[in-house]
Amino acid sequence: MLQTLSHFEQGIMVLASLVLLTSFLMLGQIRLLLLIKTFAWQGALLALTTALVAADSGQTHLYLSAALTFAIKALLIPWMLHRLIFRLGIPHQEEPLGRPSVVLLSGAALVLFSYSVSAPLIELSSHVTRNTIAISIGVVLVSMLLMVTRHTALAQVVGFMSIENGLFFSAVSATYGMPLVIELGVAFDVLVAAVLFGVFFFQIRESIDDLDVDRMTRLTEADE
Amino acid sequence: MMRDWLLALAQALIFIALAPLLAGWVKWVKCHLQNRVAPPLWQPYRDLRKLMAKEVVIAEQASPIFRAVPYIVFSSTLMVAAVIPSAMINLPTSRVGDVIVLVGLLALGRFFLALAGMDIGTAFGGMGSSREVTVASLAEPAMLMAIFTLTMTAGSTNLSAAIDHILASGFVLRPSFAFALSGLVLVAIAETGRIPVDNPATHLELTMIHEAMILEYSGRHLGLIEWAAQIKLMIYGVLLANIFFPWGIATRHSAGWLLVGSLVIGLKLVLLGLCLPVAETVMAKMRLFRVPQYLSLAFLLSLLGMLSHIILEAG
Amino acid sequence: MTPLAALLLAPLAGMLLLAATGHRRLGAPLNILVSALTLWAAWALAVQVQREGAFLAGHGYFYIDAFNVWLLLLTAFVGLTTALFSWSYMQHERDHRQIGPTRMRLYHASYQAFVFAMLLAQSTDNLGILWVAMEAATLATVLLVSLYGTPESVEAAWKYFILCGVGIAQALFGSVLVFFAAERVIPNPEDALSWHLLYQHAGQLEPVVLTLAFVFALVGYGTKVGLVPLHNWLPDAHSQGPTPLSAVLSGLLLHVALYAVIRVKMLVDGSLQTPLAGHLLMGFGLVSFLVAALFLHRQKDIKRMYSYSSIEHMGLMTFAFGVGGPLATFAGLLHMTAHSLTKSALFASVGQAIRIAGTQAMAHIRGLIRTQPKVGWALLLGTAAIAGFPPFGVFTGEFLILMATMKTWPRLTGTLLVGLAVAFAGLFRNVQPMVYGAVPEGQHPIRVSVWPVYLHLALVLWLGLSIPPVLAQWFDQATRLISGGSLP
Repeated sequence: MLQTLSHFEQGIMVLASLVLLTSFLMLGQIRLLLLIKTFAWQGALLALTTALVAADSGQTHLYLSAALTFAIKALLIPWMLHRLIFRLGIPHQEEPLGRPSVVLLSGAALVLFSYSVSAPLIELSSHVTRNTIAISIGVVLVSMLLMVTRHTALAQVVGFMSIENGLFFSAVSATYGMPLVIELGVAFDVLVAAVLFGVFFFQIRESIDDLDVDRMTRLTEADE
Repeated sequence: MMRDWLLALAQALIFIALAPLLAGWVKWVKCHLQNRVAPPLWQPYRDLRKLMAKEVVIAEQASPIFRAVPYIVFSSTLMVAAVIPSAMINLPTSRVGDVIVLVGLLALGRFFLALAGMDIGTAFGGMGSSREVTVASLAEPAMLMAIFTLTMTAGSTNLSAAIDHILASGFVLRPSFAFALSGLVLVAIAETGRIPVDNPATHLELTMIHEAMILEYSGRHLGLIEWAAQIKLMIYGVLLANIFFPWGIATRHSAGWLLVGSLVIGLKLVLLGLCLPVAETVMAKMRLFRVPQYLSLAFLLSLLGMLSHIILEAG
Repeated sequence: MTPLAALLLAPLAGMLLLAATGHRRLGAPLNILVSALTLWAAWALAVQVQREGAFLAGHGYFYIDAFNVWLLLLTAFVGLTTALFSWSYMQHERDHRQIGPTRMRLYHASYQAFVFAMLLAQSTDNLGILWVAMEAATLATVLLVSLYGTPESVEAAWKYFILCGVGIAQALFGSVLVFFAAERVIPNPEDALSWHLLYQHAGQLEPVVLTLAFVFALVGYGTKVGLVPLHNWLPDAHSQGPTPLSAVLSGLLLHVALYAVIRVKMLVDGSLQTPLAGHLLMGFGLVSFLVAALFLHRQKDIKRMYSYSSIEHMGLMTFAFGVGGPLATFAGLLHMTAHSLTKSALFASVGQAIRIAGTQAMAHIRGLIRTQPKVGWALLLGTAAIAGFPPFGVFTGEFLILMATMKTWPRLTGTLLVGLAVAFAGLFRNVQPMVYGAVPEGQHPIRVSVWPVYLHLALVLWLGLSIPPVLAQWFDQATRLISGGSLP
């Protein structure tokens, strides 16, 4: 029960739910620039949550994870995307959403699904953060939904990175983070992926004159 | 027992008597914020008295519904004002209706108002009704969702019992409450016809919602409807203040408690009356077509409130 | 320097070196030299394991046993032969398709980075590092898929990137779940993802969590294996990238991903004591096998066709490991080796065929055996081998899988046989005209060295006729490790 936790731990819960909120805001955000900003906020909130968990559980290596997350997910990657969007000349591009209410309700259904998936984990865990496991899986699934509902490459990349956020969060809440070596490895992979995505934007635009990946339909089995 | 009933009656009477004052206070603060000369605080009372004294002019085509609506609207709002705990809880009236009944009563008033808007058959009335119902149909699910979140936490749909429960569990940082509060604030703004959804001070046909419906009313009918609107504003204020920040409300009915309770709710409303005009001043009214988006945000917040209650607080 | 350190450092150093010099004349020979060094180190490592048995190294981050040492050797070997093939191939591409110096550098550096990631994934004991290496393998190859910069190749690369990226994210969650289950069994959290410790304590791991972890790992790594319905990226990436890339993707990446799945399955089997994981593998494997066999008939692009053939074989292997038991596991391992060798050889000859015909469309590739007999024969023999013609190793693998199926799942034997026949027909109806058809005008032989292809095919033939005793011993040890029993 929530009342039995200290205010500090209740704060972790509030922050966790705010991370989920940013996920949903990204789902509904049609302006690319604001999408990136929301993503940066998610990274920052995630880093703050991790730092609080670190303070609460005494797991000092989590401070490092929090700092790493803040540097990469809240500053570096948003900055890179921000710069890219200006270099590509599409800072004010909007991407209309097909059926916002359906998307929204699907997101909510996915969160409920993640709740049922994580039920056995919650039962087994004794960590304070066990209840946030469902939130983290929810972030992963909602980010996937974001990738499915969007057509521009940039929005898909934001969704991809947000999935990474959710996975990181799941590690923090289920096990107080992965061993440091692995966190470093994952962070390295994410960084390389971000750089490669940047290269890709230009390649895609060169080949289809746009960033709308729905227009990449040359390779299918259907017409063969 | 008798004393409790009298207390409840007194609370309800004071509530409706002070509602115009809150409206006046909001207007006063807003004028000062915008560097305008403010009307005196009791201006709404003067307006009401003037309207009550005026002759009622009714269109020839008006049906009996048109005449009955002001009374229905006023009495349903009055019922709500009598049931919600403002200065004290554990009153016998709280057993009359739970929170779902309150929502239903407010919806009843709105339904008849919309009906009256269409009754005469003027273009504005129908437009206003259609807009009002559009907003309501989007706002109500959000409001109910937020309220369910609260009642799930408290384990009761009775407001008085819910407030009692929240007081008993002390100060708890509940993510679900944060979401429900944000959702309810957005709903309250839409339902009371404030900026950025509607503008109570305008009669511009392109944007008005509430005012368009009551354009055909005059005299004491108009007075009753305006008064009901002022009471409604106060109802939402009291609801927000007492559910999310219940501290200070009188749990026992001794003189000291009652005094503290009354002072505290007064203070809360004064504060709220400061925040509302500030928000209205810094925000611009949005286009009508963006209202659904705004309300879907309210719905999202309420929904997240419920989800985070289930996920984070139940286990 | 220990063989293990050499094995990992050689490609890493090669990557850095080639990132600077990959565009020069000596880039390709350097690539071969590094690959040769890697193979030599892998050989030394194999000898070491042969002599001393399984061992831990590098602060417990690496674990070499009979299962992975043989895969490491295979990886290094295919890495070297493909590097040899890519020398002449990339020279040709540079001259004819305007691959500039930057892209040549990128190509060579990425090649070594990919080999490094593969070797790391197979040699590490840590499930987290395994994940990092698998993701790194995607990252290393994604720019190679779009090396030509055509709209198709960019599309293929984007698909590959997004699908594999999202897919493998599931595997990371699977690793988190394993870590979660391990925390309460293994006291030191730094060791809680160590595979050999987990394997020792598998019986104590929470079954519910492990089941969930396996499902996520299967979806994650299964995307890279190319299991249907997660296979969409595979034919595109194979057909649009340069041919040496197709060879290493089919010959190495898919197998390493399957290796990851099997490692996790071993843990789950120990924890659950039920055949659930095996059944999941069987289901995915069978569906992939049948769907890919059918899709073979619809292909018009030669590289797409052979990539569907890869999906088919990966499905068959997955099925074999799912059946479990010593015989099926042994067959799966044998099939893995044979497929890896055959498919990389096959893609090499496909690349040569494409160069001769100047197109990837099978309708326009004709009369190879008359234009250049050694290429035509290589393609024909390779296809015969991959389709499961008798003396080759692939046949032995498929035959043993059928035997094992007959023993434990007799009802599925018919389905497998039909699938094999369909795949066989799909391959040959396309290959036959390409090899024997009338020679189009203006088709000339090219300068190629085909001996690596024939070397591979000879090895596969050897595997089919008699498995060398050293290899048989390894297979036996690996079989015992995976299935818990040995062949009679």
